[in-house]
Amino acid sequence: MIKVENIVKRYGRVTASNHLNCHFERGKVTVILGGSGSGKSTLLRQLTGLEKPDSGAVYFDGVDLTTLNKTKLYEARKKMGMLFQGSALFNYLNIFENIAFPLREHTQIADNIIKTIVTMKLEMVGLRGTEDLMPSQLSGGMMKRVGLARAMVMDPKVIFYDEPTSGLDPISTGVIGKLIMDLNKTLNITSIVVSHDIESCFKIADNIIILFYGDIIAMGTSEEIRNSSDLRVKQFINGEPEGPIPFQRTDKNYLDEILFD
Amino acid sequence: MEFQIAATLGRSTLNRVQILGRSGIFLLSSIYLAFFRPFRIYRLIKEIEFIGSKSFLIVFVTALFTGMVIGIQGYYSLSQFGAEAALGVMVALSIIRELGPVLCALMVTGRAGSAITAEIGIMKITDQFPALEMMAIDPMKYVISPKVIAGIICLPLLTAFFDLVGIGGGYLVGVKLLGVNEGAYIGKMITAVTFTDIYGGILKSLSFGVLITWISSFMGFAAEATTEGVSKATTNAVVITSLSILIVDYILTSLLL
Repeated sequence: MIKVENIVKRYGRVTASNHLNCHFERGKVTVILGGSGSGKSTLLRQLTGLEKPDSGAVYFDGVDLTTLNKTKLYEARKKMGMLFQGSALFNYLNIFENIAFPLREHTQIADNIIKTIVTMKLEMVGLRGTEDLMPSQLSGGMMKRVGLARAMVMDPKVIFYDEPTSGLDPISTGVIGKLIMDLNKTLNITSIVVSHDIESCFKIADNIIILFYGDIIAMGTSEEIRNSSDLRVKQFINGEPEGPIPFQRTDKNYLDEILFD
Repeated sequence: MEFQIAATLGRSTLNRVQILGRSGIFLLSSIYLAFFRPFRIYRLIKEIEFIGSKSFLIVFVTALFTGMVIGIQGYYSLSQFGAEAALGVMVALSIIRELGPVLCALMVTGRAGSAITAEIGIMKITDQFPALEMMAIDPMKYVISPKVIAGIICLPLLTAFFDLVGIGGGYLVGVKLLGVNEGAYIGKMITAVTFTDIYGGILKSLSFGVLITWISSFMGFAAEATTEGVSKATTNAVVITSLSILIVDYILTSLLL
């Protein structure tokens, strides 16, 4: 479905994507794991064409997104849905209009059919009856579910999730995780999830990619990752503070710095 | 040491020039994109409502009192030379040429400009721009273009309204209160005000319309993506827009006269 070939992305001296190669299978849930600053959000932005890599190619359905002009990129985007970390609902529109927004913009569908579609999507995320509320009247978890309903209203082939469970309570986390799996199974939607939530990740993932400072350090099915013998992978999935992944960002010696600076 | 100062100076100059360039491209592309399908008439009407019709009251009050003040001041100055009859001319010319466009633009900046910056800044920190991008909608065309076009449409209309109300305010004080001859007030005004005066006022208000929406939108768009960033951008937008209006007013006046 999506294939990444040798992409490089640098911000100043920081390399966010260091010659990455990976593949996202059709109809599977792939989770991109990594700590803060590991380049996982950057990778996601490049997969969607929101950002262009400095070099390399991103094939979406066989087309290289990095070579497309705006019109063609927008054409490809109609096959994508995205759930943003902060839900990114439009604060001046109510829930119904938020979900109906892509339909109104891109299709000539009649109002009564739009109403049916929006009701169906809201039912899928369990929020039927909230149509007339404004986004500010919902809780964070509910906003994410509305965001998800909006992401799938155009029946995309791929849905991208940016930190879908961060900042949510355990029940909302479970609900979102189940929704991702249900959508994936019933509609066969390819799902790409960026997360640092190990526990929910193993529940939903078919495949896992682990990033560390711009490099892929592990890639495989969730079973393979769980049984990996790589020390860095073990440290990451067990959340250990000590190990080959340094907690400190500086490589200067601590004693040197406090004694001789 | 000297080298360092030069380097810092150079870097900050380059930065400023770069921001100026970016904002120029920002303005041009927002106007350019408005000429392509789909035309967002509904969005445009919404923005005209926000920038234009919701500013009516504030413009009305400002214009009325400005006209009345010039009425009083003008009367006392002119009566020293026994030239009260020229009050209409004085009120009309000062409002049509200067006060109408400038005060109207300053009031709209305070009311609508700050709100535009805040709105765009909040859209930015809540990821609504990439969300639009992901829904295959150009944020520039969807959010910014209607605002700039609405500014170009609204400001001349509001200014015309300001002129009318201001002259009415001068009339109230001059004719009804201080007893200037009604025929002289209106008759002299009609002969003295030329098309060039009105044309100059309209030209100014058009440029202010662009300035207000351009600077406030760009400040919101370029704001740092934090809450402090947005509040700072909002203040800056009002200050920069107000100063630009006064400076551009001087430049246009010196070109027109």
